[in-house]
This record gives sequence, structure tokens and C-alpha cells, in this order.
Amino acid sequence: MRLSIEEVEHIAALARLALTDAEKRQYADQLSDILDYAARLKELDTDLIPPTASVLEMTLRLREDQARQGLDRTVLLKNAPEKLEDQFKVPPVLGG
Amino acid sequence: MGELTDLTLHEARNGLLSGAFSSRELVEAHLQRIDLLEPRLHAFITLAPERALKNADEADRILRENNTDPPPLIGLPIAVKDVLCLEGLPCTSGSKILESFIPPFTATAVQRILDAGAIPLGKTNTDEFAMGSSTENSAYGPTHNPWDLAHVPGGSSGGSAAAVAARMVPVAFGTDTGGSIRQPCAYCGTTGIKPTYGRTSRYGLVAYGSSLDTVGAITRNVADVALLFQYMAGFDPLDATSIARPVPEYALLKSPSLDGLRIGVPGEYFIEGIQPEVESAVLGAIAQMETQGAVAVPISLPHTHFALPVYYLIAPAEASANLARYDGVRFGPRLGSEDDLWEMFTQTRGNKFGAEVKRRIMLGTYALSAGYYDAYYNKAQKVRTLIKADFDQAFEQVDVIAAPVAPTTAFKFGQHTDDPLAMYLEDVFTLPANLAGVPGLAFPVGYDKKGLPVGMQLMGPNFSEARLFQVGHAYQLETQWHQQWPMVEKPNVDF
Repeated sequence: MRLSIEEVEHIAALARLALTDAEKRQYADQLSDILDYAARLKELDTDLIPPTASVLEMTLRLREDQARQGLDRTVLLKNAPEKLEDQFKVPPVLGG
Repeated sequence: MGELTDLTLHEARNGLLSGAFSSRELVEAHLQRIDLLEPRLHAFITLAPERALKNADEADRILRENNTDPPPLIGLPIAVKDVLCLEGLPCTSGSKILESFIPPFTATAVQRILDAGAIPLGKTNTDEFAMGSSTENSAYGPTHNPWDLAHVPGGSSGGSAAAVAARMVPVAFGTDTGGSIRQPCAYCGTTGIKPTYGRTSRYGLVAYGSSLDTVGAITRNVADVALLFQYMAGFDPLDATSIARPVPEYALLKSPSLDGLRIGVPGEYFIEGIQPEVESAVLGAIAQMETQGAVAVPISLPHTHFALPVYYLIAPAEASANLARYDGVRFGPRLGSEDDLWEMFTQTRGNKFGAEVKRRIMLGTYALSAGYYDAYYNKAQKVRTLIKADFDQAFEQVDVIAAPVAPTTAFKFGQHTDDPLAMYLEDVFTLPANLAGVPGLAFPVGYDKKGLPVGMQLMGPNFSEARLFQVGHAYQLETQWHQQWPMVEKPNVDF
């Protein structure tokens, strides 16, 4: 199976990645090769096999719903590329 | 006594406790060696000499005041792979997208070692987001193999393995998602533990494949790895997949016996295409263990050759979700337009992620996308069940499984960079343990004719680290492979 440039552009949009034309061509080829290789899994009949999402034989643990001290706001904002009044600043999300 | 940098972790600890030398002398000796060799090896992304010397003086003060019961790893130098957060030092994960990120907290596994008194000298090089088998994917340039600078050190924990092999530090942190501790250990002649999934905390580890990621250690022998792991392992309420199970004593027996130990030898790991010297060195190590009382048992792990496609669907799928958080909002650089959110996301990510990371994000996004989920991701998870069942069945017959870590010794720079699939094949023997969750101990068992190390791995049932350490230690008591060191100070004619 070969991926088209349009399919690569669709995946890149889902993944929020801006790609150059050269990258799109390269990924179309390389991802196609990898997916062809992965197609060998079809040899196995797995209709009755349950999927393994985690190797742990445990159920998810819940903690007590207790308030506790988190990290300080100014400490957390130190790594922000842009901030405004103690908040992360981003381009407009709604409208324009 | 020779150079302080020649000492193992145990020897350095004994020297500190007996007062033969101070922590400052020990740390200074390692910092000097790093200064000498770093231009050749590039094992580190960040060095923290001032912090380390300050820590050393503090350790010396504690040793003077409380020499009867000091913290167990007091004053000993370590290095930390740059995918683990250490408060106050940059954590780049080998990526430009985290170039400016200074974590405000420390990973639990690292904190436990700091609480035991150890001193971090710096953060070691890694393939970007631990995605790679050579460190060639680091955005900060590759690490060179101390045994031959023209060869890769393996990856992704290549900086840690090279630093330990070159005696820049006695021990270092690594992480292993698909072989990233064991494979660089094999390529650099070091010893390393990939723990049972959930045995060490992942909190503060930059996530790659969350159902596969493990935090472990790289050292120069099994005794040191057992000592370090004693204080690294354990339950952490901050990691939902951490196991609430007591950590056993990993203390090693003085004269361990391999009498009656059943060693499984899986036919699927001794296949056509494997470098003959790798095969003969691993079979030689198994024969050595037989002379010490072990019994080799031929076994089959029939789904081994499906591990590669399963891993390269599951790990990228998990990575595509984990790496969604790098979007230019809360940390890292920001590119694109001031008034266009979409441009900010796509330009920041498109420009600051490296080629391999983007390839895996694309692959994972595809495998999870509408219409392909069942054919790829769900199918891979079902085959993962079969791979895990192979191990469960094998461990009904044998106590440990012995196999090569990688099909070849360290390859040369550039050998696989144009062919991702060929690079992925380097991981063919290490991926199954991650998919099954079982622990693996890697250590050197010989050298090829070019003088490059050959590594073997012992895999065991979940939570059998203590057994793996005893077996590996018994082998190292009778052999000298782990005591050979690269002469990296000498001019290298190949380079």
C-alpha cells in the first residue's frame, strides 16, 4: 500500500505538523514501507485474542480526593514562551 | 590505588567511608576526566560542575559529622539521562522543542538516588525523545563510541553508556522503551538493567511510549547495578502504573551458585543474519554458565519476529499522544503567527521536532486514525498479547532466558540514517521484553575482531531482578569481559 501526498497532508494536519514538500514526499515513501512491513501481522489470526493495552495485572488505582499543595504559579510560568498577567498567553482561540 | 575514575561504585563508596579520599576529590577527578574526553565523545548535553562540587563539599561535611550511618550513596558521582527531570538543570530530551525547558521538579527515580546522597554531574545525551538506536537523532549532535569513535554508542541512552564505559562517571541513569538501556550497554561494554514495567517510577520521565517506558541504570558491573537499583526502585503514588510491592534486598551473594538454574535459549534469537562473533560470544557465555552448574534448555518464543511491527505501531501511537503536549503554549520555543493558533501549533511542532520524531508522530497518528485503528493499533495490541504469552509459557519451563542484545556489534555513523526500517531492525532482540513487560539485564560477554564489545541479555519473569543480578554476578565473578576498558585517551586512527 502506498500513501498519497494528500493522505500524508491529512495525517500531518491531524498531528499539527507543518511539513515541507520534500518532507511530505519522504514520509509518503518511508511510512508506506513501514506500513507494508507491519502488514505481516495479518498472517496471524487474532479474532479470539484480547488486546493488551497494559502488561500490568492491576486495576487502575484511585487516590483520595484531597487537596494538596501544587507547584507555585510563578515557578510554573517560568518556562512559558509568552505570558500575560500570570497566565499563559496564546493567539485568539475563538473568532479572530 | 590507581585513578579515582577507575573505581567501581562499590570501591568508591568504600574509599569515601574509610576516608581514603573525599567526595570533592572523587567528583573533581571525574569532572577532569569529563573535560578531557568530552570533546571526543560528546556524552553530555548539560554539565553541572559547580553544583556537583557544592554537593560534594556538603557530602564531605556529612561524612565528617556522621560517619557511622551516612546515606547509602553519599558523595558518589552519577549522570542522568536527559529525558529525566532534575530540578534546576535543563531537560532537553535531545530535542530543540525543549531547548529552554528547565523543569521545576525532579523525577522520582532520580530523587530517590539524590536522597541516598549521590551527586549528579550532568545530563547525558540521548536520541530525541529517546527515539533511536544510535544517538544520531539527538538535536545536539551524536555521542561517539569510546571503543571506536567512528562507531555509534547505541541508543537511545548512548550518552549514559559511553560516559560509564569511558569512566567519566561510575554509573548513570538510562531509560528503556524498546532496548534503550540494553542496546547501548551491548555496544559500549557496560552493564545495565531494564526493570520490570512498573518497578521504577516514570514520574518526571519525559514520556515516549507510556505502556513500555522503564527507568533503569547503566554501570560497569552487576554488583554496582544491584546497589544503585536498590535505591532507585519502589512504589510512587505519583505514577499510576507504579507497582505497590516491596523492594527486595538486592544484596549479592559472595559465592553465588548457578546449580540447577535453567537457562532458556530461544531459537528465534539465533537467526540467519546475526554477526557470527555475536552468536559465538553469547553461546560461549551460556556454556560458561553451564560449567558453573546451569542447564541450557532450548526453548521457542514463536512470535518473536512479530515484535518489530507490533512495537513500531504501539510505541509511535503512544508517542503521538504523549508528544501532543509540545505545542508552544506552556514551555519550549514558539514559532508562527501572533494571531493564528493553528500556525503557532504547526510551525512550532513542524520546525522544532526532528525528522525521526515527526516520522513516529505521523506513523502513530495514522495507526490511531479513523478507519485504520482496528487494522493497525488494535491488531498490534492483540499480537502483543501473543508475545507476552510466549514469555509466560517459557517461564514455566526455565528460570531465565539468555539471548544476544543486538544482532551486531556497534555500527558506523551514517550506516542506517537513510533507511529507518534498517535502523529499527537493530532493536529486533530488545523489543519483546518491553512488549511483555519483563526485566532484562545486559552485560558484556566478549569482543568482535575489531575489538567492539558483544552484549548478552538475561530476561526473567516479572519482578525477578534479584535473580538476574545473582546470575549476572555469578558470571562476572568467573569472567573478565566487564573489566576491559576502552583506551579512549589514545589518538584514534579511524576518526
